[in-house]
Amino acid sequence: MGMTLAEKILARAAGLERVKPGDIIEPQVDLAMSHENAALVINQFFKVFEETNLQPKVWNADNIAIIFDHRVPAESAKTANNQKKIREFLKEQGIKKFHEIRGDEGGICHQILPENGYVRPGTVVVGTDSHTTSHGALGAFAFGIGATEMAAVWALGRVLNIEVPGSIKVVVQGEFSPAVQAKDLILHLIGKISAQGANFKAIEFHGSTIENMPTSGRLTLSNMAVEAGATAGMVPSDEETLRYLKETAHVDEGIELMVPDADAVYEQIVEINVDDLCPQIACPNMVDNVKHIDEVVGIKVHQIVIGSCTNGRLDDLAAAADILRGKKVSHDTRMLIFPASGRIYQEALELGYISDFMASGALVMNPGCGCCLGIHQGALASNEVALSTTNRNFKGRMGNAEAEVYLCSPTVAAASALTGEITDPRNGEH
Amino acid sequence: MGKVIYKVGDDISTDVIYPGRFMATVLPSETPMFAFADDKAFNKKLRTEDIEPGSIIVGGNNFGCGSSREQAASCLKGYEVIVIAKGIARIFMQNAINLGLKTIIAPEIEASEGDEIEIDEANVHNKTTGKSFLYEPISPARDAIVEAGGLIAYAREKLIAEN
Ligand code: SF4
Repeated sequence: MGMTLAEKILARAAGLERVKPGDIIEPQVDLAMSHENAALVINQFFKVFEETNLQPKVWNADNIAIIFDHRVPAESAKTANNQKKIREFLKEQGIKKFHEIRGDEGGICHQILPENGYVRPGTVVVGTDSHTTSHGALGAFAFGIGATEMAAVWALGRVLNIEVPGSIKVVVQGEFSPAVQAKDLILHLIGKISAQGANFKAIEFHGSTIENMPTSGRLTLSNMAVEAGATAGMVPSDEETLRYLKETAHVDEGIELMVPDADAVYEQIVEINVDDLCPQIACPNMVDNVKHIDEVVGIKVHQIVIGSCTNGRLDDLAAAADILRGKKVSHDTRMLIFPASGRIYQEALELGYISDFMASGALVMNPGCGCCLGIHQGALASNEVALSTTNRNFKGRMGNAEAEVYLCSPTVAAASALTGEITDPRNGEH
Repeated sequence: MGKVIYKVGDDISTDVIYPGRFMATVLPSETPMFAFADDKAFNKKLRTEDIEPGSIIVGGNNFGCGSSREQAASCLKGYEVIVIAKGIARIFMQNAINLGLKTIIAPEIEASEGDEIEIDEANVHNKTTGKSFLYEPISPARDAIVEAGGLIAYAREKLIAEN
């Protein structure tokens, strides 16, 4: 009996010949990522060392990455103090994979990790962020953990006492129609299996649609796998993974592709054909409250957001620029665009997208998480509606429990910006 | 015996349990004041009334879904409440185990605010309605952490053993 991708990666990381769902293991960690919440990890890390006579020292400074993204530039003195404390700790511990608040190296953690070649196929990545699932797009087993669990990883280099998850195989065939994208596919899948459909499971994406999809789209899929509750969302690494690692991440060596065994055992198989898939919208206040766009067309929108670790990449911006170029954002709405990283921002500048956006009336903000989680920039007023390419629409997500958030693709967001209401991008000229 | 002090529906996210705008607050001594901050009445009850340790929050399916923010577990741990839900999302559940917040998955649980609940080795008994509900045994992986008194203590034991 063969192993799934999750089982293969975890077996290797735990130094075992084979593992099966339910086995309790302690996999070695290849990359441990945190953002501003490293402030809490640091507290917990010191607690682990209390009363031990041991010097608090991370197991391996080279395997830790810290990215400031959630509240950049700092929105409050409290955040600034946390960021300062983290900087000091990184210096003390010699942690070099640190992405400051900068225009060249900064950005959202789930974009910084892949674009800098920190993630490799077949490795174990943990992050104090639920969307760490994103990195499964490159064939890693990547999952979110809490700050205390990360403190234990910093101390010991492995995740303590976890269960090997069972796997769900999602097989996707067919070709997207114009104006339909990876975001519509993942919203459709979450609507189909529900927000808890993959709780405690790993998802593996297969099929011709996935094979033909660039890594940027795969990142969108794996990113939102956690919205179905999945521990990890993975794409078996292939030629496209190699291309991305070489061309975008500039990684020349140490790449080993890993695929599941042909006779691997899955707990569930979900088949999807995207030939007839239309733009999908997740309606308030749950990510699995997914509707076809026809059901929500015409809803008035006060704020439109393009960005986040789900859809703030260059091809997302390109899709939006193609719609906004030479046109005007409706004065009945406002549009905020957050490129996912400084590098993407610069590429978008060179390609003219940023001036297309500004000329259309959209406001281009600094790279980072922006208004995705309602901490900082772009809060909503009570009873307002946002349409966003982010990944969550829980009550209060954008900073106001009296506001509503709809989730969509960048194409739908851009088409809707021109009208100020939810608009089907397939319906002719905007 | 504990009293149900709050009952919520399905898919209560960590954004609801601990809204993002308070995330710069990280200390377990400070997070409890923002527990369920957007439900002003319940938040006020937590902050101003004497909450008996062992009081119960009853949830539906997928309790704690969403972000990995540990504040969502530490803010409830501060009141020593017990979460009994039909289903609990993985990361929240693990954070709860790590911090010593007691969580119980009882897929059929039925209870209303004010009900008295008793918990034995296998069942949750609703003393007010007279109904009993089986709960899922805690997995051995998580039990070892609970037994050690939380993940900090568990990790410390390993660290000492290995040095
Ligand atoms: S963009 Fe949003 S979902 Fe992504 S890491 Fe930032 S806050 Fe989290």
